[in-house]
Amino acid sequence: MSPREIFALRDHLGAELTGRILSDAHHVVSLTEILSQTVLGGRLRELSGRAVLLKLSDQLRSGLAMIELDGIARRMLLCPPDLNPAYLEALIADADIDAVVTDEPDRWGEADVSLVVTARLPLQTTAPAKTERATEWLMLTSGTSGVPKIVGHTLEALTGAILAEGPARGPAPVWATFYDIRRYGGLQIFLRAVLSGGSMVLSDPHETLGDHVARLNARGVSHISGTPSHWRKLLMSGSAAQFAPRYVRLSGEIADQAVLDGLRAAFPNSSVGHAYASTEAGVGFAVNDGLEGFPADYLGDRNGVEMKVVDGSLRIRSTRTAHAYIGRNAAALTDDDGFVDSGDIVKLRGDRYYFIGRRGGIINIGGLKVHPEEIEAVINRHDDVRMSRAKSRRSPITGGIVVADVILADGTDQARVKEIREQILDQCRAQLASHKVPAVIRFVEALDVTPAGKLARTDA
Amino acid sequence: MSVRSRVIEAIQQIATEQHVTLPALSDDLSLHETGFDSLAFAILVARLEDETGVDPFTISEDAAFPATVGDFVRAYENVPA
Repeated sequence: MSPREIFALRDHLGAELTGRILSDAHHVVSLTEILSQTVLGGRLRELSGRAVLLKLSDQLRSGLAMIELDGIARRMLLCPPDLNPAYLEALIADADIDAVVTDEPDRWGEADVSLVVTARLPLQTTAPAKTERATEWLMLTSGTSGVPKIVGHTLEALTGAILAEGPARGPAPVWATFYDIRRYGGLQIFLRAVLSGGSMVLSDPHETLGDHVARLNARGVSHISGTPSHWRKLLMSGSAAQFAPRYVRLSGEIADQAVLDGLRAAFPNSSVGHAYASTEAGVGFAVNDGLEGFPADYLGDRNGVEMKVVDGSLRIRSTRTAHAYIGRNAAALTDDDGFVDSGDIVKLRGDRYYFIGRRGGIINIGGLKVHPEEIEAVINRHDDVRMSRAKSRRSPITGGIVVADVILADGTDQARVKEIREQILDQCRAQLASHKVPAVIRFVEALDVTPAGKLARTDA
Repeated sequence: MSVRSRVIEAIQQIATEQHVTLPALSDDLSLHETGFDSLAFAILVARLEDETGVDPFTISEDAAFPATVGDFVRAYENVPA
């Protein structure tokens, strides 16, 4: 172990636990022997102390490079697959990048980065490296427009929630996620797999959902996470029937009662939990009672995470939050007291808080502020509805009205569509203020989901 | 279905949803007297746009909003094909 007891990913891996595997749709890599192998062509020494951009076309090599670089590089910036290349130059400058790990070295010939290292499979044999320092982990926010913000974490902050929960009971888990591991939600799962002594099955953007689920089954996946949008897509696909994970986790979007109930019905023998986390605020908490929202007594100081609600939005202070935005013009990430404003609006009803929506996602209906998620949650409660999206439509009369696009469950009798529309509207009228009741409901075949797995709200 | 009967049917449908008791819909009934508020009209215009593909009130910037039921129906009847 290093001086000052700094733990890096390599310190959670070793030959003691056999049969550990990291796989994607094309490759299977043994994690048991990973410390004496290199994806960097044996060039790890050259990257010692550097600020490294991880720009790879696949998750497998990205994950292997993270394992190798953590504790050696000064910092590493993870690039999600959908990153607009036009932003790279600004990100490289803001993060003081002086090395890149890539699988496309030809693209970096002209670039102003002094060291280019090619990541390649199959792995080569190398001497195991020793942890030298606490590497700074840089991640990008998944905001919609403009250059994404760079968020700085430490491994300690990223893994705080995992260590607090302690080891999973039973056999070592085989984790999977619908996320990409270069985003916060996916990285959490990758780190869980590494720290838990288990294995992980990576997603593949070019694979159909049916093929993905078949692969999850073949590899014995026991623990799996995704956004509510990912899960709704799975429930709609009919592929869920062949799949029986022990633990099903939702995060990244509001988990409403309908999706929780849908998963409970689809996976009667699994635990279903939803977690609250964001790239900036880190992992806040997990809710495992099968209900939407979270108990009001989660506010205050709980397991080292302090939460409060100010102006309707959830604020979090803990050692698991990011420590800063990185870059020359970076704003402060926390307020003066160290709280991160999540921007997630919550409302107390009874002894529970419910997520209402994003502060930035408010739509304007005739001068009244409306959170589309609140409307979707009511629509989604209808048994025949799989997924919905509420948005504002310009109206010459009120300035804006609510319209909703709705996906019905597979095989819904077309003759019932009119009746379902009436039932949804009745439900909305009973539970929502009149200006929030959709003026128009359209039944659609699909709704766009962003590369980060969230319902696309481009016009919100 | 004629444009007129389509418009009248939509008005009646929304009246039911919004719990508005409509008076008899004659052409010279003022829209104000229908009991529709601005939200109900916004819903009506949006539904008719979905059904007919047109919103006569946003086609031209200066189109006056109709004053009577007859004006309202004619706005849809007079949309150039």
